[in-house]
Amino acid sequence: MEQKQTDPNEWQPRIVAFLCNWCSYAGADLAGVSRFGYPANVRIVRLPCSGRVDPMFVLKSFERGADMVLVSGCHPGDCHYTSGNYHARRKLQAFREMMTFLGIDTRRFKMSWVSAAEGAKWSAMIGQITEEARALGPFNSYPKAVIGEEKQ
Amino acid sequence: MTVASSATESLCEAAARAITDSKAAVVIGYGADGGSAFRVPVFVRTSDDAAGLVFDDLCLPNLAVYLTKSEVRAMGKLAVVVKGCDLRAVNVLLRENVIDRKEVVLIGVRCGGVGRPRLAKCAACEMHEPQGCDVVVGEPVTPEAGGNGQYAAVDEIEKMTAQQRWEYWQRQLGKCIRCYACRQVCPLCYCKRCIVEKSTPQWVETSPHLRGNVAWNVARALHLTGRCVGCGECERVCPMNIPLGTLNLKMARMMEEWYKFRSGMAADENAPFTSWAADDREEDVL
Repeated sequence: MEQKQTDPNEWQPRIVAFLCNWCSYAGADLAGVSRFGYPANVRIVRLPCSGRVDPMFVLKSFERGADMVLVSGCHPGDCHYTSGNYHARRKLQAFREMMTFLGIDTRRFKMSWVSAAEGAKWSAMIGQITEEARALGPFNSYPKAVIGEEKQ
Repeated sequence: MTVASSATESLCEAAARAITDSKAAVVIGYGADGGSAFRVPVFVRTSDDAAGLVFDDLCLPNLAVYLTKSEVRAMGKLAVVVKGCDLRAVNVLLRENVIDRKEVVLIGVRCGGVGRPRLAKCAACEMHEPQGCDVVVGEPVTPEAGGNGQYAAVDEIEKMTAQQRWEYWQRQLGKCIRCYACRQVCPLCYCKRCIVEKSTPQWVETSPHLRGNVAWNVARALHLTGRCVGCGECERVCPMNIPLGTLNLKMARMMEEWYKFRSGMAADENAPFTSWAADDREEDVL
């Protein structure tokens, strides 16, 4: 997808989004077909279910330069596989708390429930978290320590 | 070196009986070693050798770890000496169907705490009396003054600011030499193929650099969340003195606070990460 920017040298936040196939991906798709605009800063990875998300996905994304990671799945009760999102919630809430304990900025890690009908919610949410990521600036405290480079 | 205690005497008897009655081919227990600061694990195959077993407050190692090793299981039916805290690890192994209760003889010892000075976990111990063993030896123990002192190190870190915490963990995890002693000694790290040995894709960098060190230690602690029984073996064997137990304790306390769950208290419990509830905690979900 081509990215349209006023100043090509301006720093842009990179957001990696792990979406479940059945709700959030369809929600993002609906935003597309409904022509709701949302920032192109988000890179979508489609997974069968939010329960597929291993916390290592999140760490790896940060290592590889993500400024923010989003995990989105079906609303509680709506999982295509009955309980994948409940498992994801337990796992990722614990991971989030571990990030806090390690001192890694949890504002860089987002979770959301977006249904296949919530194209408008998706569009608005991406706009909002992109602005938040932009305000936070490049995520350096974790990657700089582990990779040894500072992002431009 | 002579080690005299009533527990030792009845332990030797129980071990000898397990072998003479053909209940077990090998008894895994503790032996005296003059050159060591703790009692070393010994494998006893004959009733005569069983007389060399000891039990006292230097019996630090968690012998449950041997139940998961294929080379040890190949020796035949195992009997293992367990303290109450070690029994919690055995309970998790039973819960996860790693071992079959019928295939293992458990020799429980009543333990009033180990380590000189006493380990922090012993002050908070609730398993002085091992439950569900085939035989229990030793005198009944009057628990020492309790308290949740084992969480002191966790509280200490939580008092810091986020930046201080991150700097602290960078310092600590930066020391890791990736020897994986923490994994080898852990009774619950029994995967045949560990995530650090997977290379397509490689989730964890194998060189002893902060990038892989953080990923490894995060993965290790997460894989033990809701499972770790807090035996503290990882921290005891760490050659770089990384406070691994603190990270595990943080996660264990979280499971207790969120899901009212303490791992290894019974063999038929339902672990937090294999179950869920509709009204689970949901902080900061958009």
